Amino acid sequence: MNRRALRKLKNAAFLFLSLIATMTGLACLGAILWTLLSHGLAGMSLHLFTQMTPPPGGQGGLLNALYGSGVMTLLGILIGSPIGVLAGTYLAEYGRNSRLSTVIRFINDVLLSAPSIIIGLFVYEIVVVRMGHFSAIAGALALAILAIPVTLRTTEDMLNLVPVGMKDSSAALGAYPWRTTLSVLYPAARSGIVTGLLLAIARISGETAPLLFTALNNQFWSTQLNAPMANLPVVIFQFALSPYKDWQDLAWAGALIITVTILILSISARVILSLLQAERGSGR
Amino acid sequence: MIPSTKPPKHLKMRAPRVAAPEPARDLGPPKIEMRALNFYYGETRALHDINMTLADNSISAFIGPSGCGKSTLLRVLNRMYALYPKQRAEGEVLIGGRDILGPMVDVAELRYRVGMVFQKPTPFPMSVFDNVAFGLRLVGGIRGAELKSRVESALRDAAIWDEVKDKLNADGRSLSGGQQQRLCIARAIAVKPEVLLLDEPTAALDPISTLRVEETLQALREKYCIVVVTHNLQQAARVSNVTGFMFMGDLVEIGPSNQIFTSPTDRRTDDYITGRFG
Repeated sequence: MNRRALRKLKNAAFLFLSLIATMTGLACLGAILWTLLSHGLAGMSLHLFTQMTPPPGGQGGLLNALYGSGVMTLLGILIGSPIGVLAGTYLAEYGRNSRLSTVIRFINDVLLSAPSIIIGLFVYEIVVVRMGHFSAIAGALALAILAIPVTLRTTEDMLNLVPVGMKDSSAALGAYPWRTTLSVLYPAARSGIVTGLLLAIARISGETAPLLFTALNNQFWSTQLNAPMANLPVVIFQFALSPYKDWQDLAWAGALIITVTILILSISARVILSLLQAERGSGR
Repeated sequence: MIPSTKPPKHLKMRAPRVAAPEPARDLGPPKIEMRALNFYYGETRALHDINMTLADNSISAFIGPSGCGKSTLLRVLNRMYALYPKQRAEGEVLIGGRDILGPMVDVAELRYRVGMVFQKPTPFPMSVFDNVAFGLRLVGGIRGAELKSRVESALRDAAIWDEVKDKLNADGRSLSGGQQQRLCIARAIAVKPEVLLLDEPTAALDPISTLRVEETLQALREKYCIVVVTHNLQQAARVSNVTGFMFMGDLVEIGPSNQIFTSPTDRRTDDYITGRFG
């Protein structure tokens, strides 16, 4: 066989292997979505959004869990994202070459890949043990700690993508670095930073482990932040492991709701990005 | 006696030249003075003992091959280099009689007095109006009708008013490349700086846009002390009153542009402008 034919054969082989790998990945995703849809849709009803989690055998919904998840995710983002965005700004604009930045970047990478159950245990020790009981605020703190590394990394990356000339131009007009950051760099990197926030929300809204040790769960309607609060991931965890058919159905429905929510968040992140880019391209 | 093989100097062949610029005219009073200016990137010396005086109400152009230090020279004049670590200038530079290199100099105030336009257009992510108003708002105290008229006159001076007057609210980044660069010029002159620095302002533009920017510079020369760095020799010959040739960190010679382009005194200048290197 000549070299040319051999190269063609190699190319075909690699193409085939890549295709197989892609197909496997997509097939897994498809299977997960299909299972979720087939089981989850059966449990879908208006009750989900109007009634509390029921005792075994009773009729009920997921209202308290949906509310709790919403509140804790929102609080988590409100606490975590300012820290992440400001720290990312420091790394990209102020401490670009300092030793401290290298250390922060390393710790952030560790935090980014740390198992979320460790974060849960950490907040358990720091907050739950001291307070003496589980609470929604402890859950929000755990989620905030998870949101920080995501927003930090995307903010730093997006600020680094802003052309240096833009920063220099602002400085050349006599602007101090803080003014340049607020008026020029943040607007220039806006779409990227917003995408980072949406991704952080998507990341923390499905987390179970950190909430298990912090917010725990609540069978009843509660809006108190210093008391245990229901939330979707832990409800799914408990209900799915239970032997009761109606609880299992609720767990499937809850899983579907979370998945769809995260899907919508991710897709809107992309849509926002492309819309902003289109706007930039055409003006007006 | 063996006759020299070299032709007499006045008969030497020259590359075709662009039309000579207007003869040396009365330039304004001295605006920028440099004495024994040295510049370092870390250990590397990029400028060697530069001494010169640049006049107000004129355009001074600096030419020379890449890496000769002409952009560095520009970045000294508004202390742009101070944004980067390990870069330092030694010597004395006066603008309008005031020292700019001293430790007590307020760099933001200096940059307010010395505007700069970069090689690539850098419109900010905001409307055309806000781009031009950016510097004015930094100073503060200019609002409402006054702000509007200052923005309009800056856009008129930069010869872009007619093109953008109906889209002042459009994003500055939506303009064409040439318009963006004139917008950046408008932004720089809106605060009425004493000196305007331009670092290869047309290198990223097409010929038509280049022409417009050059016309803009011509119109601005009566009001400002303009310093422009360019790779484009014809451009230097077209727009400048004074041209300086730089080579390997030295200011080889500086003089009225028509003299530099027709009868340079230094061999290296002659070689460069006739296209023997560079």
